[in-house]
Amino acid sequence: MRIGVVTFPGTLDDLDAQRAVRAAGGAPVPLWHADADLHGVDAVVLPGGFSYGDYLRAGAIARFAPVMTPIIEAARGGLPVLGICNGFQVLCESHLLPGALSRNAGRQFVCRDQRLRVENVETAWTRDFTAGQEIVIVLKNGEGCFVADPETVARIEGEGRVVFRYVGGNPNGSYADIAGICNERGNVVGLMPHPEHCIDDLFGPSRDGIAFFTSILHTLVSA
Amino acid sequence: MGTVVVDVMLKPEILDPQGQAVAGALPRLGFGQFTAVRQGKRFALTVDGEVTLEVLDAARRAAEVLLSNPVIEDIVSVRAEDAPEVLPSAATLAGYDWDDDELPDTWGANDHVAEGEVRREARPVPAYRRPVSIEVLDALPGTGLYHMEDDE
Repeated sequence: MRIGVVTFPGTLDDLDAQRAVRAAGGAPVPLWHADADLHGVDAVVLPGGFSYGDYLRAGAIARFAPVMTPIIEAARGGLPVLGICNGFQVLCESHLLPGALSRNAGRQFVCRDQRLRVENVETAWTRDFTAGQEIVIVLKNGEGCFVADPETVARIEGEGRVVFRYVGGNPNGSYADIAGICNERGNVVGLMPHPEHCIDDLFGPSRDGIAFFTSILHTLVSA
Repeated sequence: MGTVVVDVMLKPEILDPQGQAVAGALPRLGFGQFTAVRQGKRFALTVDGEVTLEVLDAARRAAEVLLSNPVIEDIVSVRAEDAPEVLPSAATLAGYDWDDDELPDTWGANDHVAEGEVRREARPVPAYRRPVSIEVLDALPGTGLYHMEDDE
């Protein structure tokens, strides 16, 4: 199974994301921001970092990169897409996910091991979790405060589209402790914490992140 | 060479930590009279030649597509740098739906206004609906004032 990992100028975690795909048993395919071709991948990861230096707004310029045109089109058609941190911001700017990520309420860049509750295990990227499971995933961002108008928050809550919620303290002021959400079909998922950094015992607080990448492989195999 | 100025602000209901940080620093410098600060963005878009109505329209579209995120930000104004006022574009006027069917007829214009209160519309007035002075209107093609001496 071929999982594309996009590299924008300023992306930092593309190699970790590729490594996580490989560790789960998939074949990572590097995708370049200026190349409007998905090279036949079965799913796409938009990794973390600071694409285009977060200039203008985080993800705002990356959203118009050539590679995003086929990704947006394919995502609307059901292609699984996972946006991590900056990738989540790109998905919101692309209107593939509702809402936006604004500056952390505490005015600080937050870097910590973050406890999360998995609220939706029906998505393409979370089926290997159990409903309500609590996991620990590292979090590192300065603009991770999820905001949306009250109607949108009520709608995604009602439709079960809050996929991850912060537990044990809200790190950034996100509405309703929202850490990650998905689109209507559940093929597009975005979250602020970094599962690709949590796949080894020695390099993080847990191995909980690997389930994101085994989930997508199971989703693709059973499709 | 002309310049279009686009001003973008966070929506009032969105938390503005940068503004709060500035608000926290001001009293320490003796500016205790400012009770709140909101920080926004200004874009200066330069074009070859004059800032025409078409250029303003393009700037408006750019502001909607790229310069602002409608989820968290409002476009406060789009204007030529040296223009004192916001002009309605020809395209905006031509395409404007004066009936505005989905919206209340009066925008609260007929609502009772208590003594000492200011009448408020139901939503912020878009830039193209703000008052334009006689001088500016007079300069627009087709909207000139009636001058008796023109009759000849």
